[in-house]
Amino acid sequence: MGGMALPQVAPYESPQIEEAPADDRPWVTIVWDDPVNLMSYVTWVFQKIFGFSKEKAEALMLDVHNKGKAVVSSGARERMEMDANQLHGYGLWATVDRD
Amino acid sequence: MFRRNGSQCVAMFAVDEVRVLRKVAGEVVGLLTDGMDHTDPVVSRLFPDIYPDRPDDSAEFRLYTEGELKTGKIDQAGAILAALPDEGEGEVRLDGEAAEAWLRAINDARLAMGTRLDIEADTDLSAELDAAVLHDPGSSRVFQLSVYAYLGYLQESLLNALPDIE
Repeated sequence: MGGMALPQVAPYESPQIEEAPADDRPWVTIVWDDPVNLMSYVTWVFQKIFGFSKEKAEALMLDVHNKGKAVVSSGARERMEMDANQLHGYGLWATVDRD
Repeated sequence: MFRRNGSQCVAMFAVDEVRVLRKVAGEVVGLLTDGMDHTDPVVSRLFPDIYPDRPDDSAEFRLYTEGELKTGKIDQAGAILAALPDEGEGEVRLDGEAAEAWLRAINDARLAMGTRLDIEADTDLSAELDAAVLHDPGSSRVFQLSVYAYLGYLQESLLNALPDIE
């Protein structure tokens, strides 16, 4: 008795290429402490650019002030570059890096 | 110093203040319009490297963004010059947009002066000023330090006079 020959279809396996682990750490915008910028000005800039509440902006400013730097935004690289550029327009010292 | 009046920020400036503000704003414009020297610490402070450890990436980014950033800074310094009385003392009234330009321009001027004066986190401004006066009351350092201090008070007064950000 011959059974029906089933088409021999090898289950498709997606090729397991050993990729270098994709670096999926997000990009971050960092603001550095600065001896000139007034604390009240930095708070105002954070409210203005990021739409943070006064409380949140103040907490972030204190982070910058006390720790020397703080991450102010994270996400796609291009967005971080825009944020840093905008911060430069306001005179804050901002850089972009991987988290 | 600025105070709030309705939706505006208003200040009365004496002749000397008008003169100093014109000079300071003019210096910022000059710094930005004469071919900028990127080895000048003031220029590096106003236009920081976006990737401190990757000079090529920083330079490429600068290529696309610096022109607009520079124009913005020139315009905001221009907002100070535009709002000041033409001569003598006088009142300055700023709406929200002009107040923002003033804040940013005063900040640029303070960054430039602070960098030249080697202001650091632990600098005691009044002690610096006392020391400079003792050394030579007519020195340019005395003048620069007092203008720097004055701009700090002016900026703070303008921040306090701003309507709350909604």
